[in-house]
Amino acid sequence: MALAMTLLTLALLPFAAALAIALTHGARRIVHSGIAGAASSGGLALLASLAAPALNGPAPSATWAWVPALGLDVTLMVDPLGWMFALLILGIGLLVVIFAHSYLDMNEDTGRFFASLMLFQGAMLGIVIAGNVLLLLIFWELTSLASFLLIGFWQHKAEARQGARMALAVTGGGGLALIGGMVLLGLAAGSFDLATILTRGALVQASPLYPAILALILVGCFTKSAQFPFHFWLPHAMAAPTPVSAYLHSATMVKAGVFLLARLWPVLAGTELYTVTVTTVGLVTMVFGAAVALFRHDLKSILAYSTISQLGMLVMLLGFSLEAAAMAAVLHILNHAAFKAALFMSAGIVEHETGTRDIRRLGGLAKAMPVTALVATLAAASMAGLPPLGGFISKELMLYQTPKLALFGTAWLLPVLATIGATFSVGYSLRLAAHLFFGAPREAEPFARAHDPSPGMWAASALLTGLAVLLGLVPMLLAAPLVGAVTGAVTGLALPEVDLALWHGVNLALVLSMIAVAGGVALLWQHKRLLGLWDPASLPDAKRMFERAMGLADRWTRRAIVATHTPSLQTMLLATFGVTILLVIEGAVTGGGRLTGTRPALPATLPAIIAWALLVAATLAVVVQSHLRLRVLIIVSVIGLVVSLAFAVLSAPDLALTQISVEVVTVLLLLLALNLLPKRPPLISSNVRKARDGAIAIAGGVLIGGIAWAMLTRDPGPSIAAYHLANAKSGGGGSNVVNVILVDFRAYDTLGEIIVLGIAGLGIFALLDSAARGAAGARLRAWRADMPHSPERHPMMLVAASRIILPLTLTVGIYLFLRGHNQPGGGFIAALVVAAAFLVQYLAAGFDWSDARKPFGEHNLIGWGVLVAMGTGLGAMVLGAPFLTSWFDYFALPLIGKFELASAMLFDTGVFLTVLGAVMLALAQLSHIAQRAARAAEEHEA
Amino acid sequence: MSYEFLVASAIGVLVAGGIYLALRARTFQVVLGLTLISHAVNLFLFASGRLELGRPPIWDKTVSEYTDPLPQALVLTAIVITFGMTAFVVILSLRSFLETGSDHVDGDTVPCDAQDGLAEDEEP
Repeated sequence: MALAMTLLTLALLPFAAALAIALTHGARRIVHSGIAGAASSGGLALLASLAAPALNGPAPSATWAWVPALGLDVTLMVDPLGWMFALLILGIGLLVVIFAHSYLDMNEDTGRFFASLMLFQGAMLGIVIAGNVLLLLIFWELTSLASFLLIGFWQHKAEARQGARMALAVTGGGGLALIGGMVLLGLAAGSFDLATILTRGALVQASPLYPAILALILVGCFTKSAQFPFHFWLPHAMAAPTPVSAYLHSATMVKAGVFLLARLWPVLAGTELYTVTVTTVGLVTMVFGAAVALFRHDLKSILAYSTISQLGMLVMLLGFSLEAAAMAAVLHILNHAAFKAALFMSAGIVEHETGTRDIRRLGGLAKAMPVTALVATLAAASMAGLPPLGGFISKELMLYQTPKLALFGTAWLLPVLATIGATFSVGYSLRLAAHLFFGAPREAEPFARAHDPSPGMWAASALLTGLAVLLGLVPMLLAAPLVGAVTGAVTGLALPEVDLALWHGVNLALVLSMIAVAGGVALLWQHKRLLGLWDPASLPDAKRMFERAMGLADRWTRRAIVATHTPSLQTMLLATFGVTILLVIEGAVTGGGRLTGTRPALPATLPAIIAWALLVAATLAVVVQSHLRLRVLIIVSVIGLVVSLAFAVLSAPDLALTQISVEVVTVLLLLLALNLLPKRPPLISSNVRKARDGAIAIAGGVLIGGIAWAMLTRDPGPSIAAYHLANAKSGGGGSNVVNVILVDFRAYDTLGEIIVLGIAGLGIFALLDSAARGAAGARLRAWRADMPHSPERHPMMLVAASRIILPLTLTVGIYLFLRGHNQPGGGFIAALVVAAAFLVQYLAAGFDWSDARKPFGEHNLIGWGVLVAMGTGLGAMVLGAPFLTSWFDYFALPLIGKFELASAMLFDTGVFLTVLGAVMLALAQLSHIAQRAARAAEEHEA
Repeated sequence: MSYEFLVASAIGVLVAGGIYLALRARTFQVVLGLTLISHAVNLFLFASGRLELGRPPIWDKTVSEYTDPLPQALVLTAIVITFGMTAFVVILSLRSFLETGSDHVDGDTVPCDAQDGLAEDEEP
């Protein structure tokens, strides 16, 4: 249990920090960075407490069921691989927080920055400790979103916005592919639990789905880890503040793809398809990225392309599907995280102190900023793979592995290309250090400003560089146990022999390494001449291509919309009705069978036939006279009346009560609206159109009526009604089964419905509250009642009668509510009756008089109603029962006698309040706006 | 004449009237059409429990025959939601009329200011 809580705290801590920072948004910079730093340190402490079990196994893990039906569990698992990545994420995260505290200006929106940073940290941490692939996907998507916020942090800069959007489009698009791949993987492996999937490699590789799984997952990994040809977003993401680049592009975001490749190694690696694809993509990316990096001038751009290249190397190593190559990759992940974060921070320092990142304007900075120069030069040397630094050992291991794989059947291909890539790496690393810190200053102005920053800014990069040095000097002490355990976790095999040393004697790797260093020095020496030969215009501009592709997608989407959608409601409704009618005809023709079934009919009484005739006549009248709007309203209410009579006769007293009270408020609503709408609009439909619509209407009526007839003359299938009837009294404590269904059996549905009703009410408020402005406001002010008005605005008789009616109606409403559980009535009906009572006051005495006296606000009613209903459900959960479980019991009081108390009653109170609020909000607002308009018109006339 | 025929034909008539009105060009007519269709839909859903006389689903020790309560519960909330929908559509069309000066459903055609006393220059 303690272990489970540790894991959960570890996962949630960054999110809690993000929330805390967001809540203290207005506070000073130190508060934000303090919270972020404390959370990162706390995470590191938790991680340290997990070190022994995580590295020695079995891996600590804990599971909480989330959506068991989908196989989605919250499973957290810290195995050696996850532990190492968590260490990088939290450790470098802490250093980045320290660095960012000094780097960001006081005036920057540090609250937003650190909140986004912690959100990102939480997402990233989630990826590496998720023990369920669906959970992993959620965190994966979250990193894309959080990195979008971070890259676009300087919202006022166009290139920041564009870079953020491009990163989101590429990594988010890859994320979609990954979702497909992971779901297929889960299906092929028969589980979404990561630990289970990792043991089923043979099953997955034998599955016919394997090629599709591999392709989709690789697209996800390659987009995230900026592999060719998806690499182009990474250089544009450099528009982010430098701490973000140091974090996202050294240890975290771009390593997520590498992490996933390593994570799924036992399942995916080893096949011909995997080896060739992954190795080739990694190799191409490594050589290409290194070549481009050689010729960039922006410090961060050099680092971006070098990151692409180094990621290519990691991907290539994992592609080999060899244990020793995987070990080289693990070691290089550590090395790269250390030296690349240090270099990004150093680039940030240089920019901060000189005002430029253009390497052509800088030079000789070692004199002005010796500490920065020492730190950055050592880090660059590690990146170049020079002894005695960490980068040298991992590069040796890499070169040592290359002859073991004959790519495309050619044994020399990999060693030669890898050596070329390594040569370029030496070249750009040396150039970075040499052109930045040594030689003569190229321009005076940046040099004159340059000086070392406060230790707060260089401490983090110095620490990281120190690690990069120690990884070379004492690798067995510092890294060997970790690298061994992690490699074992990657391959799923027994722990490998780890032998890390600077000197292994003279072998092929050493020779290749020496060639690379010599070549790199030659590149630096001839750099100016090579730069002349390098034509950046010959490279396709990925940004322009991306924008063109987005433009094309935009255009084709618009075309597709124009082709399939018309902005005319009439046309769309015509199509909807037409297609529905055709589908019904098709069903009737192909279905066969007789129209009339065998269920015995109920003979109709004369009053029923008269009511039916009334309904038919009223419907016809509405259609024919729809232009005489006031009259039509009266006729429409006749239809509602007949429908409620039908409910009353056909054993549905609750429906009859609901229908009739809804009818009252609906007619009131339409009356109020009609007051403002044009009353006698011209007839604008042509006769041809009317004939066409009439034909469609008759066809629809005959068909739907036919379906109803066919249904009514057949016996129903097996019904679940018996369950409801049997359990309503004994289980739900009420004899009105309809009400018990609403507030108990299917209370969840009812909760959803009252929320919808509440939203409709608030939507109406939003539509009307702002109607007094702009063009609508002008029309309202010009509005003039064009019907003869009674000289008495509030007729005395009506006012007096309505005041007497109010308490009576309220009593009826309360009565209906109280008896609702056992007799026809309940929250819905009571609310409508009470609303009608209040609305009569508005009608009789006017909005102002009534509004000033009403004891409640409609918004509060809606809010409290939903909260009460929800609280009833949650109350059941607090008591250990499922959501919305009801409770009831019988009590006795002197004088009153035996009575029942039920939690469903409380739920029904929530229904009552919400319905009352929504209805009142709609009608009161409407009458208010009519009054506002009328008053404005009166002032206008006066 | 049976109750089944009355209900089925009433549903058919309401649907026919509703479709015709929903295809008109004025917002108010469309709202009326939706109201008629809503009545038809609610009746149809209710009828799926079949028609019974004098067997309300109010439990009692002495009664053994009831009509199906489930469609009634569904229709009860449907009626209230119908009100919410009608109210929203009415207000939406009102706001659209106030914004554009036209109560045509597609918002663009023949403005009706001239006939309806909303033009500012028209005297009573």
